[in-house]
Amino acid sequence: MTIIEETAPVPAPREGDDGPLLEVRDLHVEFVTREGVVQAVNGVNYSVSAGETLAVLGESGSGKSVTAQAIMGILDMPPARIPQGEILFRGQDMLKMSAEERRRIRGRRIAMIFQDALSSLNPVLSVGYQLGEMFRVHQGLSKKEARTKSIELMDKVKIPAAAARVDDYPHQFSGGMRQRIMIAMALALEPDLIIADEPTTALDVTVQAQVMDLLAELQREYNMGLILITHDLGVVADVADKIAVMYAGRIVERAPVHELYKRPAHPYTRGLLDSIPRLDQKGQELYAIKGLPPNLLRIPTGCAFNPRCPKAQDICRTEIPALVPVTEQDGAELVGRGSACHFWKETIHG
Amino acid sequence: MPDMTKSDTATAAPDAVDATAPAPQPVKAEKTRSLWGDAWEDLRRNKIFLISAVLILLLLTITFFPGWFTSANPTYGDLAKHYLQKPQLGKVFSPEWLGYDQQGRSVYARLIYGARASIAVGFGTTIVVTIAGGLVGMIAGYFGGIIDSILSRLVDVFFGIPFLLGTMVVLNSFPERTAWVVIGALGFFGWTQLARVMRGAVITTKQSDYVQAAKALGASTPRILFRHILPNTLAPVIVVATISLGVYIGSEATLSFLGLGLNGVSWGNDISDGGNQIRVAQWIMLYPSIMLTITVLAFIMLGEAVRNALDPKTR
Amino acid sequence: MGRYVARRLLQMIPVFIGTTLLIFLMVYALPGDPVRGLFGDKGGSPQVIAALRHQYGLDQPILVQYWDYMKGIILHADFGTQIGSGRPVTDVLGDAFPVTLRLGGFAFVIELVLGIGLGVFAGLRAGRAADTSVLMVTLLLISVPVFVLGFILKWIFADELQWLEPNVNDPTNYGELLMPAIVLATASLAYVSRLTRTSIAENMRADYVRTAIAKGLPRRRVVGVHLMRNSLIPVVTYLGTDIGALLGGAVVTEGIFNIQGIGGTIYQSIVRREGTTLVGLVTILVLVYLVASLLVDLLYAVLDPRIRYA
Repeated sequence: MTIIEETAPVPAPREGDDGPLLEVRDLHVEFVTREGVVQAVNGVNYSVSAGETLAVLGESGSGKSVTAQAIMGILDMPPARIPQGEILFRGQDMLKMSAEERRRIRGRRIAMIFQDALSSLNPVLSVGYQLGEMFRVHQGLSKKEARTKSIELMDKVKIPAAAARVDDYPHQFSGGMRQRIMIAMALALEPDLIIADEPTTALDVTVQAQVMDLLAELQREYNMGLILITHDLGVVADVADKIAVMYAGRIVERAPVHELYKRPAHPYTRGLLDSIPRLDQKGQELYAIKGLPPNLLRIPTGCAFNPRCPKAQDICRTEIPALVPVTEQDGAELVGRGSACHFWKETIHG
Repeated sequence: MPDMTKSDTATAAPDAVDATAPAPQPVKAEKTRSLWGDAWEDLRRNKIFLISAVLILLLLTITFFPGWFTSANPTYGDLAKHYLQKPQLGKVFSPEWLGYDQQGRSVYARLIYGARASIAVGFGTTIVVTIAGGLVGMIAGYFGGIIDSILSRLVDVFFGIPFLLGTMVVLNSFPERTAWVVIGALGFFGWTQLARVMRGAVITTKQSDYVQAAKALGASTPRILFRHILPNTLAPVIVVATISLGVYIGSEATLSFLGLGLNGVSWGNDISDGGNQIRVAQWIMLYPSIMLTITVLAFIMLGEAVRNALDPKTR
Repeated sequence: MGRYVARRLLQMIPVFIGTTLLIFLMVYALPGDPVRGLFGDKGGSPQVIAALRHQYGLDQPILVQYWDYMKGIILHADFGTQIGSGRPVTDVLGDAFPVTLRLGGFAFVIELVLGIGLGVFAGLRAGRAADTSVLMVTLLLISVPVFVLGFILKWIFADELQWLEPNVNDPTNYGELLMPAIVLATASLAYVSRLTRTSIAENMRADYVRTAIAKGLPRRRVVGVHLMRNSLIPVVTYLGTDIGALLGGAVVTEGIFNIQGIGGTIYQSIVRREGTTLVGLVTILVLVYLVASLLVDLLYAVLDPRIRYA
């Protein structure tokens, strides 16, 4: 194999770097399908800094994964296209980069962890090969060196008897161990940013916690930015610094994690929080948001959430609410908070 | 026989709904359609399906009512006409339209009357292999264990003999080769493919929850087999059967070429005769070749269109 | 792995016995008699016929004949005697087999290279015009019967353009074998490219391909290592079973181009009811087929660890 490339080009500064690591600005993504154009992402803005964890929360179809894939540059284009928006990585718009420049960032500077490790790992290649590939392709290491590095990596993510298992195939590992291998693969080149797309959804509850802890621990160790995509509010609470809630391709609320749990400023977030089973409310019927997520081919006019919103008024059916800063009742700024609801004041303070 | 119906072994994963699908399953709750209903909606708008269906209907009409298309006698040879008289392409549908063969018989009339042999062998063989192969496959798949092992080895045994060679050996023993004899010979070696398809489909269906439920409720074996399993194995069987219908028509012609096909008027015999005259009179083999190719193509296209319509993966 | 091979070998034994027995029954139980055939329409004296029948063991019960025949093959590699010429079948085979092996091998290479090449080309462009054209052309190639294709190519390239010889005079000359090999390979080539195309197009959407892209691997590595390894598994299976079909198909191709190979010999023995020759030749083909499918199974296990460790 002669796929050897020069090692990391500009070693960008890690700390003391002002400005966020990654900033998504007014991103739009659409899919051209036989039935029409699907508006999957409609003007998303978010940012994440080194050492920070941003949780992106939403139901399937909210556009949270599509946004992540747009950042990684792994959307299939066509059918997908990005008509508008910027994705700034250390201040540089990745959407303006050449395919080759983007490829060099993928895996090395920004890495991704996928949901289902069984299908996301190549079934016919040993895990050692798949881990080693990172070093061989991006750093030009030899097969032997890459193998040694792979074993170190497997140790790092606490896979028992790593040296003995390096030549095993994905199907020979348990679900939790497989997800650890995915994490190891993402960490291989110590990237600046990791995007984890539902990293624990496919796992048993007990294993979920272990994998989440490992991810958080490694993030601290390497001072990486982490975008954690999930539909599960429970996963988020312990690890995230801030949360962005997405609905129908837009961010409907953003807040530091504990603020959001205490005082949601959007009826959708409120609904999500109310539908978590809680020990102190045993015996009560669990709340459920009525209706279904919207068909992205026919997003409702006005606020996309209005058909399901208990507080919807006429204005909600005509005007799309902008994501505005949320303040205290006395007008004092609430840092990092925003809501896209015409009635955010009533929701947070009422 | 090449096994063109074997499409793949799927490695793709079924999940990752949010990751790869742009939209959540569209909330098209208007009406829930069945697999076949969906497929029909798809087929109605599919040009390839429509073209092949029209072609097949036309072929069936020609087979049953050859008199509607020509008044000439396909076996009457007028040596005065002979093949030195070239086709008169302007005289559409007349006996001299596509010229005469070396014995002065109308090529056009032979084209029309030759359809019968191909269609009869094609349909006949397909019916035989579907019933025989389907039954063996169903028994092997449903009962499993030792029965499955024995039947599977039996299928392997028949599969081990090259299709064409096997049919040649059988047919060579019959000096009178009627359609029934040819169907029997093709069917004798052709049933294995359907058996494999049916076995696979039954094994898949057998494990599904509703079959397990029917068993738990004490339904009888024949009832489970015919009411619950059979309807759910029809899709792959119909697809494979349609495609192999085309393949059998091609095989019959090939046997005719080898001098081991049907006695009487058939495209294969005409192509074989015409092949020797190709330097002086190309039309003798050209037109039956075109008819034969279109016929085979029509059935294969029909089968492929149905498969694509039934397979949600390709939508 | 060892157990897997052993199991496959054990499964081959009943299939080999069953297949050869089936051929034997077909050849000898069906009407027709090779000894009577020797004498043509005139017919020999009953005593001579009986003596010849006894000499070739044709008066024995069929299972005894089968047993003796198999014993000869396994113990002495003796495939019997060609009744017409009196030569051992192995001699006849020795003349014909290399010719067909060369033709079949040539066709197989064409099928492999062009079939997989076209399939990968189309699969990577699934849904686009290039893909649709490949699908259409291969469908047409599948639908044209081999002998029609043979006649037409022969007419165009040998009779009209006079670029190639109409018949193969020297079967060791690959230039002369080119046209027959193409004719023999065409249908299989079309199947291989369609199968490859489907497999590639489907695996392209697989999660692990997305992972490979997300790892920042160059495209040629994503396709060449990750996509191909998985996509070629069903193709390899098909190619293995197709070796038998290629040898069988040689009957037609060798007939058209007048090649003195195994296909021509088989055809002659069928028409002349040369039972022993026929059984010998077909048994060889079955052996080739079985060995090929065993090799494919082993290759399959090499390519797919999920089989190996099952």
